[in-house]
Amino acid sequence: MRKLALSDDILLKIEKPARYLGNEYNAVYKDPASVDIRFAMCFPDVYEIGMSYLGIQIIYDMLNKREDVYCERLYSPWMDLDAVMRERNIPLFALESQDPVKNFDFLAMTLQYEMCYTNVLQILDLCQIPLKASERTLEHPFVIGGGPCAYNPEPLADFFDIFYIGEGETVYYELMDCYKAWKKRGGSREEFLKEAAKIPGLYVPSLYKVSYLSDGRIASFEPVEEGIPEKIKKQVVTDLSDTYYPSKPVVPFIKVTQDRVVLEIQRGCIRGCRFCQAGNVYRPNRERDLEFLKKYAHDMLISTGHEEISLSSLSSSDYSKLEELTTYLIEEFGKKMKVNISLPSLRIDAFSLDVMSQVQDVKKSSLTFAPEAGSQRMRDVINKGLTEEDIFSGAMEAFNGGWNRVKLYFMLGLPGETMEDIEGIAKLSNDIAALYYTIPKDKRPGARVDVVSSTSFFVPKPFTPFQWVAQNTTEEFREKQRFLSHKMKDQLNRKSMRYNWHDFDLTALEGFLARGDRKVGEVILRAYKKGCMFDSWSEYFYYDRWVEAMNEAGIDPAFYTGRVREYDEILPWDFIDAGVTKEFLWREYEQSQKELVTPNCRMQCSGCGCRVYEGGVCFEGEN
Amino acid sequence: MKVRIKFEKSGIMRFIGHLDMMRYFQKAFRRSGIDIQYSQGFSPHQLISVAAPLGVGLTSTGEYMDIVMGECPSSKELVDRMNEQMVEGVRILSAVALPDNSKNAMSIVDTADYRISFRENMEPDFDLAEAIEKFMSQSEIMVTKKTKKSEKTMDIKPMIHTLREENGTCFMNVATGSTQNLKPEQVMETLYKFMDRSFDPFALCIHRCETYGANFTPLEKYGDVMM
Repeated sequence: MRKLALSDDILLKIEKPARYLGNEYNAVYKDPASVDIRFAMCFPDVYEIGMSYLGIQIIYDMLNKREDVYCERLYSPWMDLDAVMRERNIPLFALESQDPVKNFDFLAMTLQYEMCYTNVLQILDLCQIPLKASERTLEHPFVIGGGPCAYNPEPLADFFDIFYIGEGETVYYELMDCYKAWKKRGGSREEFLKEAAKIPGLYVPSLYKVSYLSDGRIASFEPVEEGIPEKIKKQVVTDLSDTYYPSKPVVPFIKVTQDRVVLEIQRGCIRGCRFCQAGNVYRPNRERDLEFLKKYAHDMLISTGHEEISLSSLSSSDYSKLEELTTYLIEEFGKKMKVNISLPSLRIDAFSLDVMSQVQDVKKSSLTFAPEAGSQRMRDVINKGLTEEDIFSGAMEAFNGGWNRVKLYFMLGLPGETMEDIEGIAKLSNDIAALYYTIPKDKRPGARVDVVSSTSFFVPKPFTPFQWVAQNTTEEFREKQRFLSHKMKDQLNRKSMRYNWHDFDLTALEGFLARGDRKVGEVILRAYKKGCMFDSWSEYFYYDRWVEAMNEAGIDPAFYTGRVREYDEILPWDFIDAGVTKEFLWREYEQSQKELVTPNCRMQCSGCGCRVYEGGVCFEGEN
Repeated sequence: MKVRIKFEKSGIMRFIGHLDMMRYFQKAFRRSGIDIQYSQGFSPHQLISVAAPLGVGLTSTGEYMDIVMGECPSSKELVDRMNEQMVEGVRILSAVALPDNSKNAMSIVDTADYRISFRENMEPDFDLAEAIEKFMSQSEIMVTKKTKKSEKTMDIKPMIHTLREENGTCFMNVATGSTQNLKPEQVMETLYKFMDRSFDPFALCIHRCETYGANFTPLEKYGDVMM
C-alpha cells in the first residue's frame, strides 16, 4: 500500500479524507529517486475547487511528460485538518508521493482570485516554508505564482520568489532547464533567480526596487541592476492547436465543482467589455481547431469515464465552428455514449436554444442572460454589445421553446452610473417578466415565469480601461443595493421577480487587493496572522480582522479603491507588458466616457497591441 | 442480463465512502467500454445496485454489486477488463451471470462475515476467547439503540450467528441487510461493556470477509460463471 502522510486516526476524524489521499485514476506516480526536479503544483483553495481547474491539469500533464520532473498536486487543507496539522506539527505534503513539499525544488501556486491570498500564506506556513521569500535558503523550494492575479503580483511580492506572467505552456521547460544547469553548477539562490529573471515572462520581485512619493503613489519602479529586464512581457501560446493538453485528466473520487471533462475551445475574447480583466489579458483571441477538439473530447471521455463534457471559453458563441462542434459532440457522445453536454457562456438565440433543448431538460433548466447593466447607456459605457432587443428576442424565443426560468446578471457601481441606470435593472427585469405574460395562457410553458436578477458590485481591475477609476465605497454599494431592492418591489410583475446581491465587504476587500502595491503585502500577512483564511468562504470571512490589519499596517484602503488615477501615474503593474497597451486602455477609457462602443475584434481591429503575438483573431483570413 | 460482480476494497480505499465508490465504479464502467445498461429518461443512469454498503474505514474481500448488461463477455474477460480500470485498493474478484428472475443483491443479503483485528497497543486487556464464551453464554444480549426520537432496547443475540476468537482477532457472522442489520462495531462495543471496559472504536480494524444470502450462501454462488 502507498504510504500516507496522515495517520488513520486523523483521516477517520476529518471531513472528506479523500481530499488528501491522492490515488485518483490517472494520477501520475514516479520514483522520486529517478527525477532531477520535484515540483508541487498548488491551487490554494480546497480540493473540490482546485481539482476543477483545467490549468493545473494542463501543467501537471506537461511537466510529467518530462522524465526528469515529477510534478505533484497540492490543495489547501480544510479548516479541520489545518488545525490538526498545526497542533501536531505535520508538514504539508503533495498528494502523489505524500512527501513534505518543503523538500521539493519548486512550489507553484495558481492565483485565480484575490480572496485566496491568505490561503497562499496558509500553504507556505503549513509546508513549513518561510512566508517571506527573503527568509528562504537553499533548503527551501522556489515559490512561483501564476494565473490571472499575477497580472498585478505586487501585493504578494514579498511571498513569492518568481511570478509567471502569461500562459503556463510557454516557458516552464526553459525554467526547468535553467534550474538543472544551476543546480549542477552549484550557486546561491540569488544566482538562480537572476538567471530565471532573464527568461521572458518571469518576474523576480526581489530584483526590483520601488520608491514612493510622499502621497503614497509610486515614484519609480526599476530593476536593481543591469541585465534584469525593465518590462516583463506576457507569454502566450501562439497556436492553441499545437500545444500541450491533457488527454488523461485526473479523476477525483469525491464530487468536485467541475465533475466533468473540460474542453477549452478558445482563449481570449473578441468582445472587449471594458470591465473584464480576462477579456483583456487573455488577448489575442485564439481558437483551437475543430479536429484538435474532437480528438481531445474523445480521448478525455474515454480515459476518465466522466459522464459530462463542458465547453470552456469566455464567450462560447463567438467560437466560429460552434455549430459543427456541438453537432459532433451530441451525435458522437450525447447519443451514443449517454454523455451530457454542457454549454456555458452561450448567447441566447435560436441556435443556442435549439442546441440546449437537445442537451438538457428544458423544464428543469434556467436560461442566463448577462446584460451587466440596466440601461443601454450604461451598456455602451462598458462596451457590452447586447441590446434590449437582443435580450427580448432571446427571452421570447426561450419562452416559446419551453423555458420559464430566467437568470439575469448585472453589476452595480459601474463608472458614471446614475440612479436611472440602476432603476433600469428593475425595469428590464420587469419587462422580461411582462413579456412572458403576453403569450396566450394556453401557450405558456408554466403558469408563472421566474426572473431571478443578481447584482455583483463592480471592482476595477488592472489591465482594463477602468483601471484608473474609483471604486464605489461600501456605503455607496449599500445605498445602491437598497435603492434597487426598493425599485424591484415597485414593479408590476414583482411577484415573478427575485433579487440577490453580493457581499459588500468582500467586494471592498477584493478591490483593495486587486489594485494594491507592495505595501499591501503587510496587510495580507497581518490578516493571516489574525486567522484569516478561506476569505472567499462566507463562513470564514472576518472583515473586522482585515480592518484591524489595515489599521496596524497604517494602510488606508481608500488610497487603493477610492481614488481616480491620472494617466501619467505609475501603476503598480505598469512594468508588465500584458499585450494590451496603456494607450489602448486609455483610449477605451475615453471612449467609455463618451458612451461610445468599440467594435469587436472580428469586425474591426482596434489596435489593442496584441497583434505582436502573431496569432489568433488578428490574423484570421490571412495565411 | 444481470451480472453480479464481487470485489475487494482495501488499503487507502477504505477512506472512500460508499457514494464515492459508486461514482468511481460508474466512471470505471464507462472507461472499460463494457455494455452496461442505462435507465430510460432525460438523465439516464447506469443500472447498478449494491448488496450492502460498507462504512468508511472498513476493508472487505466480499463486496457485491449487480449490474444489468447488454452484450456480455466471459466472466474472465469482464473481470480482466474491469481490473484494467481499477486504482490501487480495488480489485474485481469475480463476475457471474444471474438467472433473469433473480432478486437483486440488496434484497437477499442475510449475513456477513467480519474479522476484527486490533491496532497495535490497542488490543483488549482481557482474554478474548474466554470473554466471548461468557458473553455468548448469556440467554440474551440486550442493547439500547438511540435514535433521534427515542431509545429502543433489543436483544442482539439472535443476530450473532458466529462469534469466536482466532489468533488474537475476532471472527463473526452477523445479520446484515435491510430486514435485520447488526454492525460488528456494535457487537464489539457490547462485548467491551460486558467486560466492563471502555470502548474506543478506533482500536478496531474491521474487515468484511464475505457477504451471504440465506443459508450462508455466498452471493456469488447465486449465479454461473460465464464461459
